[in-house]
Amino acid sequence: MKLIIAIIQPARLESLKTELGKEGIRGLTVTDVQGAGRQKGHTEIYRGHEYQVSLVTKVKIEVAVEDSQIDTCVDAITRAARTGQEGRIGDGKIFIVPIEEVVRIRTGEVGAAAI
Amino acid sequence: MRRRFLPNPLIVLLAVTACGVAGAQETAPMTALDDSNILWTCLAAFLVFFMQAGFAFVEGGFTRAKNLSNILMKNLMDFSIGSLVFWAIGFGLMFGIGTGIFGMNSFFFDPSAQTADGTTLAAAAGQSVNFGWAFLIFQTVFAATAATIVSGAMAERTKFIGYLFYSVLITAIVYPIFGHWAWGSLFNGDQSQGFLERMGFADFAGSTVVHSIGAWCALAGAIVIGPRLGKYGKDGKPRAIPGHNMAMGALGVFILWLGWFGFNPGSTTAVGGGDLAKIAVNTNLAAAAGAVAAMAMSWMLFKKPDISMSLNGALAGLVAITAGCDAMTAGWSAVTGLIAGAVVVGSVLMFEKVRVDDPVGAISVHGVCGAWGTIAIGFFATESGLLFGYGPGQLVTQLIGVGIAFAWAFPMSLGIFYLIKVTVGLRVSPEEEVAGLDISEHGLPAYHGFILESGRGVATEPVPEAVLVPASSTAPDPAV
Repeated sequence: MKLIIAIIQPARLESLKTELGKEGIRGLTVTDVQGAGRQKGHTEIYRGHEYQVSLVTKVKIEVAVEDSQIDTCVDAITRAARTGQEGRIGDGKIFIVPIEEVVRIRTGEVGAAAI
Repeated sequence: MRRRFLPNPLIVLLAVTACGVAGAQETAPMTALDDSNILWTCLAAFLVFFMQAGFAFVEGGFTRAKNLSNILMKNLMDFSIGSLVFWAIGFGLMFGIGTGIFGMNSFFFDPSAQTADGTTLAAAAGQSVNFGWAFLIFQTVFAATAATIVSGAMAERTKFIGYLFYSVLITAIVYPIFGHWAWGSLFNGDQSQGFLERMGFADFAGSTVVHSIGAWCALAGAIVIGPRLGKYGKDGKPRAIPGHNMAMGALGVFILWLGWFGFNPGSTTAVGGGDLAKIAVNTNLAAAAGAVAAMAMSWMLFKKPDISMSLNGALAGLVAITAGCDAMTAGWSAVTGLIAGAVVVGSVLMFEKVRVDDPVGAISVHGVCGAWGTIAIGFFATESGLLFGYGPGQLVTQLIGVGIAFAWAFPMSLGIFYLIKVTVGLRVSPEEEVAGLDISEHGLPAYHGFILESGRGVATEPVPEAVLVPASSTAPDPAV
């Protein structure tokens, strides 16, 4: 079992949910985040003064999957989150980390059955 | 606020008779016009009252979320304290009959109160008792408008208790005494005329009397208290401290714009002749022109049309036309507003440059544009302006009035704020300022419920079982 964490452009969240849904993956957690990577920030202007915004707004999604689903899940995320033909700086990253155990609170089920 | 003085002959007659027949004045028959004047003056007062909500929202939206509770409290309290103090002291100083410099009767104003010669205060002034009440509520909301201007200019760093003391002093002394000089005769006629009105100083609804006076107090306050932490970088250059909610700021400006339809057209305090309609048009055109001009200025200077500056521009137009809305054509009203909208942007940048930190632009909007609108009468007024061939007389009188307003309110409030500084204290500590005044001054942030409440000591009681059972325990929607 793996936890797939993806940082994506906020505007790609809806298509990402659609693509994951097509693969039968329904459980996910979404968080508003800010961060910095290779994408430069941008300037904003308020009452005549420009200032640099170095942390850009992103969306973080977390999905727990069985090992057999890792590739389809990563493909779906990549498909949904890449912008334009070639993709652009700022489209985000996917991290795949192992899961020690999963417990469903309602029933107490553990492991893959709990995902 | 120059009520075209048409004392109702019935009431005057009655007042005269009443001097002989004490007590008979209560039976004054009211005419339909009297009733309409009272109704209109009260409706206008209610609109002006609503401007308090506008000020609260503009100031709240243009400042940071951590200081919102504090801004709201200041707006609530300057109106509440101002209402009490103006009724008790301010009204009498402003409209009472007295020394020539300020009024000496009508404290704790009650128009039905008996005077020494057996008539009522209202009848002695040639007014009906009920018009007296209407006049009081209208003047009260005006006084509170002057008071609340300061709150924005000193936002995000002022000690709450210090602000309360200031609220008392502006509505008790600073505003009413200047008001007496310019508007003293509005209730009692010539017997309480101020020296500025005797000179022919024209300020119909208070560009100077209300707005500039409030703003010169604000300027003094902003100077004495100093800029917010972080407003100026190490290089001394001003930095942006973005306001936290432009929706709030914009709603506040729309509310103020609406309230101004009471402020200016209501200053007729009479419906006779229907002047209020044209005044409403002039008011609206000036506001619109001010917003457009400020947008254009900000677009040229900053390469983007700046929302908060454009909102300031609408207010600048409104403040500027307040003095001359009864005396100008529609076209010249628009020009007055247009110039105000352009001036306000430059003025905001200028005050920033000289390290006067005014988070909402109140000094520029109300002070500079109030002065401009008052002076504009000298150029654009149809029946006295330079452009209409009347010579410089009116212009000089206007300049004198504007100068005296500054010379009265600015040093006076410098003294008041300095006094507050050395007694109860004017500014919060740097730690409190960083934490935000909501927590340090009031113990409660304005925005709750965005972080886990239990970790903040809220709702730690066990939640009832029933609440935890979800409304539907079916599987999530497979559509996602």
